[in-house]
Amino acid sequence: MNSSLLLSAATFIYALASVFYIGSFSFKKQTFARLGFWVIVIGLVANTGGILLRWVESYHMGYGHAPFSNMYESLVFFSWTIAALYVFVELKYKESIIGVFVSPLIFLSIAYASFDPSITSKITPLIPALKSNWLIAHVITCFLGYAGFALAFGFSFMYFIKPKDPGTKSLFAKLPDWDTIDELTYQMIVFGFLFLTIGIITGAVWANSAWGKYWSWDPKETWSLITWFIYAIFLHLRLMRGWYGKDLAIVSIIGFLGVLFTYFGVNFLLSGLHSYG
Amino acid sequence: MKQKDSFADQIWTFFASVKLTVYTLVLLAATSIIGTVILQNGSPEAYIRLYGPGLYNMIQVLDLDKMYQAWWFLLLMVVLCVNIVVCSIDRLSATWKIIFPKNILVNPRRFEKAKNRQQFDSHLPMDRVARHAKQVLAGRAGKVIEKTDDAGLILYAEKGRWSRLGVYVVHASVLMLLAGALIGSALGFKANLRLDEGQTADTVFDSHTRLPIKLPFTVRCNDFQVKFYDTGAPDEFKSSLTILENNQESFTEDILVNHPLRYKGINIFQASYGASTPDEALFEITDSETGTIETHTIKNGGVVSLSAGAGNFIFEGFVPHYDFNGHNLGGAFIGRLDTTNGRNVQIILPTKFPTFDKMRKGRFTVEVKSWDQAYYTGLQVTKDPGVPFVYTGFLLMIIGCWVTFFVSHQSVCIGLEQVGSGSTRVWVAGRANRNVQSTNLTVKKLVKELKGVSGK
Repeated sequence: MNSSLLLSAATFIYALASVFYIGSFSFKKQTFARLGFWVIVIGLVANTGGILLRWVESYHMGYGHAPFSNMYESLVFFSWTIAALYVFVELKYKESIIGVFVSPLIFLSIAYASFDPSITSKITPLIPALKSNWLIAHVITCFLGYAGFALAFGFSFMYFIKPKDPGTKSLFAKLPDWDTIDELTYQMIVFGFLFLTIGIITGAVWANSAWGKYWSWDPKETWSLITWFIYAIFLHLRLMRGWYGKDLAIVSIIGFLGVLFTYFGVNFLLSGLHSYG
Repeated sequence: MKQKDSFADQIWTFFASVKLTVYTLVLLAATSIIGTVILQNGSPEAYIRLYGPGLYNMIQVLDLDKMYQAWWFLLLMVVLCVNIVVCSIDRLSATWKIIFPKNILVNPRRFEKAKNRQQFDSHLPMDRVARHAKQVLAGRAGKVIEKTDDAGLILYAEKGRWSRLGVYVVHASVLMLLAGALIGSALGFKANLRLDEGQTADTVFDSHTRLPIKLPFTVRCNDFQVKFYDTGAPDEFKSSLTILENNQESFTEDILVNHPLRYKGINIFQASYGASTPDEALFEITDSETGTIETHTIKNGGVVSLSAGAGNFIFEGFVPHYDFNGHNLGGAFIGRLDTTNGRNVQIILPTKFPTFDKMRKGRFTVEVKSWDQAYYTGLQVTKDPGVPFVYTGFLLMIIGCWVTFFVSHQSVCIGLEQVGSGSTRVWVAGRANRNVQSTNLTVKKLVKELKGVSGK
């Protein structure tokens, strides 16, 4: 048993969970969604095991570092944070159908890590800049933030497929009511915003101890700030201007595009200090 | 005192609007993209090559080559700050009265429409229910306020009133951050310093203006070490630095990436390194005519005679990056063969290719056998008196966000009314300014506990 095997298993388990959730949605069978939930929980266990094992393996190789040091590891962890947050939300809100829009995201992230040939899964030693206790705090908080936004994105998506007044026979009849969708989206964004804030701050404090400047307008920093601005706009519109529904969902989706660009776009299209993932 | 629609009033209203906040944030987000797409702090040649002279003109006019310091970008930040200050003043006076009321008014009517309101009848007399209710309410919701009205007894408790201040803390933190940034850019600097092993310096050069800056102490690099993993990737850079004051050694400290030296408000960071000229090296000189092989340890600049009086070999120095037909061969020793027949050849000995000199096919072949590699260390020296303000801002922002989003002002009310003889009608309801779920839960738990003591 090694970490790659466990993480590949997690990829397929998450794929199965997505199939169950989408099946539950398409055939309106609650049982499938319940199955999907437990499959996600199993996937999360495999995912957790894979991350921990990879951590241990890095010690066996003599490098000894937390598995947050490159694109592969961050994608695997991204899946983990979305899955963990989703499990928490489903348990708390008891709405299983919302998994249909989130489970594919969990699967896509880890599948991208495994199947893109340009992303290496090799365990490599830590470069000097990453050798810091801030690494773990920075990565965990940033990805919890991203996960909150990913869930908010999945929920906002419902505004665009659910008809205004779905009949009882409609495919969309089982989706949660508008108030619940609105509340869920807001809660996820608040969660994401708090953690993105802490993520940016830990990054700044770390940069100050590694490079002597807490802010250098590096593309990664700038894009995380842009994302932060977008969600700050979301919060002001909702809390102070009374926006809701579809209009606000558009802001949430733009925000998630910001997250995706901060995460992937900056690394692939722009150059900067933050080249490790 | 207030005139209707005076100019000052209009300005105040303009800056007190959340619409302005949203527009400013949209502009800040949108314009920030520019600096990640257009090269920043480049040379004019670079811009002309990338964008052409026409676009370069526009870039210059709008300061897009250093857009995060451009007047219009700073203006947006100033607008945001004024907006925050005016909004806060505008709203705080009202919030203040809510946060610190002279006396808390208990109004059971406000709980009539609460969605979480529950009502049930207890078969216990009212005074007994009241005693239990006071106990559980105090345990779950805070200090209990009692009120008797015509309908019966009202018990009221609340917590988290102060949490309404959270949002002001968040906004104050933004001002604090920007104040820190301003202090840093006015009173701080960022400079580079290159020190060979053994070298000292008390002056650094600003990385933007290139102007010299005198440090309040002298710094000496005793030693630089670089470690590699077996994969060849760098593992650790370490400089041993000694701080000298009045020609006296103050202290010595090792710095690594992520472990800077901080002294008297100056921070010294490990930034880069490179190979510098070794003091001495062991050379092997082969005479292909006689077959003799001689080894010599030669000091930098030193001279040795070749075998059979054929001339001299001079160790002239070391270059960190030797360029060979456009390829960077890395560090290389430079020497010169001064032979008696008047031939004078420069010898290049790249450290990565020990037998490089054989390609020259001369009578004498020189090879470097061993040397103590010397390094220079590239240090970044910074001073930023704004950092304490920025860090305070960071702390306030996290606390403020937490309070704003996750702590709410919750109030719970229990109404007791005598019905018939020895029975009591009880209702429980709660309100919150946000996160109503948690209040709903409190109400549910209270109802459960009250029903429990009533034996129902």
